[in-house]
Amino acid sequence: MALMLVKFDLKKRVKLAQTVWFMYWFAVMAGVLVFSMGLFFKIELRKRSELMDNNESHFLPNLLIFMGLVTCGINAFGGKVCYDSLDPTKFAKWKPMLKTFLVFCVGFNALLIVTALLCFLMRIPLQFTLAEGLRNGMRYYKDTDTPGRCYMKRTLDLMQMEFRCCGNDNYRDWFEIQWVSNRYLDFSAKEVKDRIGSNVDGQYLMDGVPFSCCNPSSPRPCIQYQMTNNTAHYSYDHYTEELNVWKRGCRDALLSYYGGMMNTIGALVVLVTMLEVAVTIGLQYVNSSLSTLANPEDPESESEGWILEKTVKETFTDIMAKMKAMGKGSKVEEGGEAAVATES
Amino acid sequence: MLLKINFTQQRRVRLAQGLWLMSWLAVMCGAFIFCLGVYLKTELLRRNEVMENTEIHMVPNILMMVGLASIGTNWVASRVCQDSLDATRFPRWKVLLLAWFALAALLCCLLIAVVVLSYALQGRLEESLKVGLRNGIRFYKDTDVPGRCFQKETIDRLQMEFRCCGNSNFRDWFEVQWVSNRYLDFTSKDVKDRIRSNVDGRYLLDGVPFSCCNPASPRPCLQYHLTDNSAHYNYDFQSEELNLHSRGCRQALIDYYMGLMNSTGPGVLSVILRQMTVAASLRYLQAAVEGAMALGGTQRARRETSPGEGSRNH
Repeated sequence: MALMLVKFDLKKRVKLAQTVWFMYWFAVMAGVLVFSMGLFFKIELRKRSELMDNNESHFLPNLLIFMGLVTCGINAFGGKVCYDSLDPTKFAKWKPMLKTFLVFCVGFNALLIVTALLCFLMRIPLQFTLAEGLRNGMRYYKDTDTPGRCYMKRTLDLMQMEFRCCGNDNYRDWFEIQWVSNRYLDFSAKEVKDRIGSNVDGQYLMDGVPFSCCNPSSPRPCIQYQMTNNTAHYSYDHYTEELNVWKRGCRDALLSYYGGMMNTIGALVVLVTMLEVAVTIGLQYVNSSLSTLANPEDPESESEGWILEKTVKETFTDIMAKMKAMGKGSKVEEGGEAAVATES
Repeated sequence: MLLKINFTQQRRVRLAQGLWLMSWLAVMCGAFIFCLGVYLKTELLRRNEVMENTEIHMVPNILMMVGLASIGTNWVASRVCQDSLDATRFPRWKVLLLAWFALAALLCCLLIAVVVLSYALQGRLEESLKVGLRNGIRFYKDTDVPGRCFQKETIDRLQMEFRCCGNSNFRDWFEVQWVSNRYLDFTSKDVKDRIRSNVDGRYLLDGVPFSCCNPASPRPCLQYHLTDNSAHYNYDFQSEELNLHSRGCRQALIDYYMGLMNSTGPGVLSVILRQMTVAASLRYLQAAVEGAMALGGTQRARRETSPGEGSRNH
């Protein structure tokens, strides 16, 4: 008993072929969409590669680009087959390879599901990469004269302004590192000597943040320095002050940005997978309906279409039997050779 | 007869088909012009708060109007093409065609006017920005006055996005009190000195807001005591270049808008050319079909030829 058997006459077959052809063209555009999303994601990762410890994995965008290209190719081929299916002479040349093509499509759909799953899971390694990269970025903020790191200050400033964040977890991260270059410190001044003497590493630490942490929505001009000293500024209480600098940490900001992007891409890949499954089923119906014509010479005769020729259980046992037979066949050959060897 | 061409039946059909395709392309061009107008208007509206008047809005308004009118006229042209090969349906368009040509000419003139206006209004835009930015800088501190409380955020975001400082340059901030009185300690000596140092009793300082800071500077941003070399280590006010944005916001905004309008120039010119091509082809088609109909059915047995004219005068 075939799985989901449907009876077809000529009109129904023509309609089926046209619908599936139409759907294949949608699927080609979906493939282009997946490709462009992979490209976009790759560019976004490259843009901030300095903040990701230069270690970020480009596996996911590369996979998306590859899957997009293969999707386009498969669907273009499938559309051509559907287009030719209405003409028996043209269809005859595609018939032999159709079964292999359909098996390949099923495997490809499984790969698409895996890709979608990866999109949702890649958030976790990204979190660690970002944490490490941002911490290093802040440490190299002052090294504007060191080759290879001289643009870190600008990158970090622009990022804090764009993503409206400050520091790694919050603004206090800036209190723990020296972010003013030694070139601009007057080592003969008492204040500088005090600060340097106040910690083990001899770093110039202060309770201040760079200007890029400032929040433009604050009603008062930005307070960047002596932030924990309430008496240094008029009408200022650093415990209740909320709008002065950005409250969010940059790791959270970047993670939610990339996480949102990956969730969207994952959802779209799931939709594309569903479309692919639909067109594969459609092509299977086209194939089966054209191979079971009641009268092979008459194109207008009735036929049947199905997804699987036998029930799922029977198909599965058939496949297992085939694989066993293949395994046994090679064993029989070996046994035969051994018998021949022992005889001679 | 001006620019006479002979048309056979087959050539007339080809012309009608080609013109039908061209008029649909022209419809899309009209939609493109409309979208261009909408985009330009949106960009101008975004910075509405730093502009004093809306004269420059004439450019996008005309673009939107012309875009819509162009969609309509070219759609009519495509309908005329469809009916042109059917002798029964063509005569009803005869009256309309004169009006169509007049409208097409008007649209081309308006598009040329838009290109001219976008250059001519540059001076007015500059004036408008000058006054708007001056007001913005003056009201920067009024974060507690209803109606002006967002001025600070607007100016800060503008300076950060366009990488500019002040109206003409950063010194504009020295002439204005940009710190609100709520955050000034009137008992301290420094504040009292500064307030007494000028006629209007304003708290003026040689400092700028944080949004003037240039991220590309190798040293942490110096905002206050800018003219005092001894206030900062290893600092020379005259030779310091990268600390703040050196460009004024008026110049930055003018460059931005002129760049936008210049980049739309070639698009508009190509639309003008396309519209004129459509009009010329439609004139040829009209004359050819009318000539064919005038020759009448008696000559239908023989191979039909009819003169196509480029001008009405004969």
